[in-house]
Amino acid sequence: MSLSESQIERYGRQLILPEVGAQGQQRLAQAKVLVIGAGGLGSPAALYLAAAGVGTLGLVDREAVELSNLHRQILHTTRDIGQPKTASAAARLTSLNPEVAVHALQTALSAENAAGLLAPYDAILDGADNLPTRYLVNDACVLLDKPLVHGGIVGFDGQLMTILPRRSACFRCVFPEPPSPGEIPSCQQAGVLGPVAGVIGALMAQEALKLLLGAGEPLAGRLLTFHGRRSAFREVPVRRDPGCAVCGDAPAIRTLQALEPVCYEKGSDPSRTMVSTDGV
Amino acid sequence: MAVKVRIPTPLQRITNGQGEVACEGKTVSDLLTDLERRYPGIRERICDETGKLRRFVNVFVNEEDIRFLQGDQTPLKDGDDVSIIPAIAGGA
Repeated sequence: MSLSESQIERYGRQLILPEVGAQGQQRLAQAKVLVIGAGGLGSPAALYLAAAGVGTLGLVDREAVELSNLHRQILHTTRDIGQPKTASAAARLTSLNPEVAVHALQTALSAENAAGLLAPYDAILDGADNLPTRYLVNDACVLLDKPLVHGGIVGFDGQLMTILPRRSACFRCVFPEPPSPGEIPSCQQAGVLGPVAGVIGALMAQEALKLLLGAGEPLAGRLLTFHGRRSAFREVPVRRDPGCAVCGDAPAIRTLQALEPVCYEKGSDPSRTMVSTDGV
Repeated sequence: MAVKVRIPTPLQRITNGQGEVACEGKTVSDLLTDLERRYPGIRERICDETGKLRRFVNVFVNEEDIRFLQGDQTPLKDGDDVSIIPAIAGGA
């Protein structure tokens, strides 16, 4: 496969990078990336991956676009309110780059469907909105040996980490278990400033492109934290834990476990309304 | 002997909005006791009822995970830098 004239023009400013070139561009075109959550993090991440010419993008989300999403979820517009997020996202991404095949997976990720959903993809980006899903995605990526880019945001701050299963620390190596139901005292929606999603989501896309191109050094074995009030980044080294329940020497987790919801909005259908919790 | 403690976003409500506070203690456990004395209610957000670190929260002393040091008995000295980092749920 050689690049067309329009591809050379579209991707020219990244093609001239020695880490990309025609070969790298073709590698991106053949790559498949799954983005969990077409929301705050998934929006900038998917936009940059589509713009870069990643050939296949899968998007998993169970929600519809709401007005209150729009200050940060830049894939969606006012016109999209009420539409399934993955459909809104697919339309936006396809108009940005018609060369990208977008798979709109309008469903809730579960222990039952996770392996099947993740299996076709080369790399996974986790921009979910709750901790149980994040542990499920981590476990699925370790069991399926898929590289995972984890991002989280709250307030003015964020965190980011790339996980190369069994080669670098996984999410459970750093944070062994999710909170049990009731362990978190309050479950109000946590606020977030829109650009924080942009900062962390863009870095997630960058990590994915590096992995696909084999360029640079992945953010593996390091947890990057962003402190927006001071506009500062910090990082701490994170180690693989030999006692890790999923990637350790004697893992207790060998199959995916059902999600245990952490908290619900009172009086509503629990399967629909697991709300964001802030982690502590 | 003062140790710098970096407070994660969700707990800054308890520290009057401060992202960094100064505390004292010869060990991480002492430090958490001092932190609780200064900012009542913060310890239970970091440790469970048996006093153990919650499993979705991590403490780093000078950028080293205390689980790979001596846990909450990890010794501290003047000028040390302690970060409390929880798993962040939010992404949407």
